[in-house]
Amino acid sequence: MLKIKALTVNVEGKPVLNGVNLNVNPGEVHAIMGPNGSGKSTLSNVLAGKSEYQVISGKVQFSGNDFLTLSPEERALQGLFLGFQYPVEIPGVSTENFLRTALNEKLKYEGKEELDAFDFQQLLSEKLQQINMDKSMTDRSLNQGFSGGEKKRNEILQMLVLDPKLTVLDEIDSGLDIDALKQISLGINQYKSEKNAVILVTHYQRLLNYITPDFVHVLMNGRIVMSGDYTLAQQLEEKGYEWIQAEPAVA
Amino acid sequence: MLTPDSQSKTSSKDIASITGTEYKYGFETVIETDDAPRGLNEDIIRFISLKKKEPAFMLEWRLKAYRNWLKMSEPTWASVNFNPIDYQDIIYYSAPRKKPVLKSLDEVDPEILKTFNKLGIPLSEQKLLSGVAVDAVFDSISVATTYKDKLAKIGIIFCSITEAIQKHPELVQKYLGSVVGYKDNFYAALNSAVFTDGSFCYIPKGVKCPMDLSTYFRINNADTGQFERTLIIAEEGAQVNYLEGCTAPQRDNNQLHAAVVEIVALDSADVKYSTVQNWYAGDKNGVGGIYNFVTKRGLAHTNAKISWTQIETGSAITWKYPSVILKGDNSKGEFYSVAVTNNHQQADTGTKMIHIGKNTHSKIISKGISAGKSSNAYRGMVKIDKKATGSRNYTQCDSLLIGKECAAHTFPVIEAKNNITQIEHEATTSKISEDQLFYCQQRGINEEDAVAMIVNGYCKEVFKELPMEFAVEAQRLLDISLEGSVG
Ligand SMILES: Nc1ncnc2c1ncn2[C@@H]1O[C@H](COP(=O)(O)OP(=O)(O)OP(=O)(O)O)[C@@H](O)[C@H]1O
Ligand SMILES: [Mg+2]
Repeated sequence: MLKIKALTVNVEGKPVLNGVNLNVNPGEVHAIMGPNGSGKSTLSNVLAGKSEYQVISGKVQFSGNDFLTLSPEERALQGLFLGFQYPVEIPGVSTENFLRTALNEKLKYEGKEELDAFDFQQLLSEKLQQINMDKSMTDRSLNQGFSGGEKKRNEILQMLVLDPKLTVLDEIDSGLDIDALKQISLGINQYKSEKNAVILVTHYQRLLNYITPDFVHVLMNGRIVMSGDYTLAQQLEEKGYEWIQAEPAVA
Repeated sequence: MLTPDSQSKTSSKDIASITGTEYKYGFETVIETDDAPRGLNEDIIRFISLKKKEPAFMLEWRLKAYRNWLKMSEPTWASVNFNPIDYQDIIYYSAPRKKPVLKSLDEVDPEILKTFNKLGIPLSEQKLLSGVAVDAVFDSISVATTYKDKLAKIGIIFCSITEAIQKHPELVQKYLGSVVGYKDNFYAALNSAVFTDGSFCYIPKGVKCPMDLSTYFRINNADTGQFERTLIIAEEGAQVNYLEGCTAPQRDNNQLHAAVVEIVALDSADVKYSTVQNWYAGDKNGVGGIYNFVTKRGLAHTNAKISWTQIETGSAITWKYPSVILKGDNSKGEFYSVAVTNNHQQADTGTKMIHIGKNTHSKIISKGISAGKSSNAYRGMVKIDKKATGSRNYTQCDSLLIGKECAAHTFPVIEAKNNITQIEHEATTSKISEDQLFYCQQRGINEEDAVAMIVNGYCKEVFKELPMEFAVEAQRLLDISLEGSVG
């Protein structure tokens, strides 16, 4: 589904990613861990097509297509969803209206019939229930005045409604209380299927206690220096990142 | 005073003797033609008055306005720039001309058709707006006449200002200039001297107008003049929603437009005036756009309420401050405005709320949106008189910037002469950020749609003041005005 090959990216002239390789297949869950500033968000943003990142070399293929030449909306419409580390606020635009617009764009792109307000309401309330989120949240302006945890929950709601092929969640677990973490994990587990894939960017093993990853990757100094199964996350939790630096890099 | 009957027999000689001046050279021959010669002088004004079959008091009033105008100079305080206007290079009267009749919409400029379609204007109306010969199925004139008859039964007069001057001179004489006097400002003085078009609306005591005025008349009113004069009178306890303007882009060969709108709301009357202004703004470089210098003011008597709602997207230059004089105790004034500027447009708009009566309330919600290289200024004045105790004003004035080359300015003036009043002023300036756009794009919404969505959200508070159908059109209009403002 997703093939990243030797991806090298600069931000403001400074190299941040330095030859990242990653393959993600349908039905898989990947976790990406790594110290602060190692380039995890950069990788997520480059996948989504944010303009201030300069791709120096490398390839990204999504469902067989060259992804890097596409506009951000085109990538989204083809099935990429990015749950942001810091979701922005958009005053004046209700979450519901925003989500309906987004969903209808997707349906239009896929040549399907758009949902009217009534059908959308129904879909929305089902998804709200899945993560135990209150309807009143979606009447409010998008993320405006939402608490950190509420913003994250709102990202998951959007994922559930848009039902993307590949979901990248950038620190979806930061700033969540225990109950919220459980509910969000429940949402992700309900979304997960044989057809789609999830990349979880996280600092903590606790999220991975709820969602078992098939692969754990360590991103350091702009490249994936180690990959393993979920036990790697446990090791990191115990030992931190320093011990890896001593190890030889794994492609 | 002249009655409508006697005035129609008034010859040009009588008018001259009444006003105490003689015709100058060439006037007699000029009268035979349809158009006045270029330029402005007293003869031209006499010519207009005669052509319009006006009673003597009108000519007198026009001449006083003209003489006053001569002593005035153009205001320079607004934050707009334009080349000097040559007032002697304007034709102040031309007989109504039939638009060229086209055989089908295929003959209409495809750019205009594209805009019509984006606005969702029905085909039949598109034809009327662009002067295509229409079939009998949709006859706007007959529709208009039916409604006019219905309104007349309950005493409502809704007609052109010209017709009102001829048929209801007593009302016109009593109220014309009572809110915006001919000495008011340079453009109002000019308008008073030379206006030839406009609407008149009279709602008698206790009558609630059963329909929004002018929605059904949109098509007929699409041909607006260069110097329009509108007079709305709501008697005691009367109520009316008045809609003016048209979302369809309006082109005109006359660069200068100087309209005056006066509203009189007698005790406990309620007048709501909504307008959408979409005059041609000029090309991307600002060439050829219309200058729109408008004076709009309402006078609210005891317990009366006047509410202005305006959506301004057109014109190269807009200069417009709908105001309310809260003369009577407990009267209310409201101003809701969305002003959009793009490319090289300049807008200087706002409102004045003059509190004179006790316990008078006013509310101002202004949303300025600037994109491209445009500039958008809000100018608001809240004046609370010494005697206007217990008065309140709430002002919210927001500016939204799209891109890096546009500008927004706000000039709020608050003058309170007593301290038993409450004034609240909130102002914000925000920008549509790259991060907001990227967030939308990541959800599959392209930049242009994202801007439209954010802008529409931003203007919600004002749109909800518009009648449903009008609000939908206004939204689309905004989307179109901001096309190409990103990327
Ligand atoms: N827009 C930007 N402008 C300048 N520098 C940037 C920008 N985005 C990222 N960087 C830099 O690139 C490096 C990687 O940042 P990134 O946000 O990808 O790290 P991260 O792994 O997500 O860190 P964290 O765990 O703290 O979220 C950092 O040094 C950061 O300062
Ligand atoms: Mg990060």
